[in-house]
Amino acid sequence: MLNGLLGKKVGMTQIYNEEGSLLPITLVQAGPCSVTQIKTVGNDGYSAVQLGFDDRKKKKANKAEIGHVAKYSVEPKRFIKELIPNQGADIKPGQAVTVDIFNDVKKVDIIGITKGKGFAGVMKRWNFKGGRSTHGSTRHRPPGSIGSNTDPGRVIKGKKMSGRLGGERVTIKNLDLVKIDKDRNLLFIRGALPGHKNGYIIIRKSRVKG
Amino acid sequence: MNIIDVIEKEQIKKALPQFSVGDQVDVSLKIIEGDKERIQVFSGVVIARNGGGFKETFTVRRIVQGEGVERVFPIHSPQITDIKVIKSGKVRRAKLYYMRERTAKGTRLQEKYVKEETRTAGVASSEEQK
Repeated sequence: MLNGLLGKKVGMTQIYNEEGSLLPITLVQAGPCSVTQIKTVGNDGYSAVQLGFDDRKKKKANKAEIGHVAKYSVEPKRFIKELIPNQGADIKPGQAVTVDIFNDVKKVDIIGITKGKGFAGVMKRWNFKGGRSTHGSTRHRPPGSIGSNTDPGRVIKGKKMSGRLGGERVTIKNLDLVKIDKDRNLLFIRGALPGHKNGYIIIRKSRVKG
Repeated sequence: MNIIDVIEKEQIKKALPQFSVGDQVDVSLKIIEGDKERIQVFSGVVIARNGGGFKETFTVRRIVQGEGVERVFPIHSPQITDIKVIKSGKVRRAKLYYMRERTAKGTRLQEKYVKEETRTAGVASSEEQK
């Protein structure tokens, strides 16, 4: 069977567990996904399963998107990603995949795109301390020295400086899967997830051992 | 409706005991120790109610061995089995944080005499729920 699913971040709330403790959870609309293509070693040089999530209106889709799914009587999809299935798994193109694959899963990994923060200074981007804010100081947020003098006469590669922050792909590993709602295709995952609301994410059975 | 609102609404208790800030209350808590279950009572004065809807909490303050102790309870927590109002205090604030600076006699609140029917109405509805 497949090891993962595509989904959408709904937002955060809280739920009580059986012991009555209040847990912070992120709701994830996971699936139903459709298998849009099977890649094989013979055809493509590697094996993978291509999943599609979230229908795109036929009117809005281009011909390539419509043609790609036309054979399997599924709608064009907005979010398409490849996942690697277990060996010998029986998966057919056009098949629907639901949250059922997480039935006995306790931990998941989440892959998503973080919120873009734009051009950020070193205090926000690298947690530098900055200078003092009062007592006549005018050095509030700059990074300070970025290197030595004539020797070496350059800034060392990889020096932490200001720049673009966020908007990158991250994997958060080993998150608790608290609850599964099969009727509404919802996953309740403990803690915060990358990205904004309605942002697309990949949910995968955790690869962390033990 | 938004899915988050639906999820929160499902967890809201159907009948809540009526109580307000300034009330002397007994909060019954279900405590699980191993496989045993018992009820612990925390009694004190309600000094604040915060938030609304599913996320509403209330703060209960009491004096234990001369030391002030405050506990914040989520109002819809399944651990809370009952909230019993012993007496109601006459207060002019929504938040009684000034009680933290008071000691001994200063912590007393003037009692507000509430009609018995209005008080039992809330208790009855909380018992129905069980």
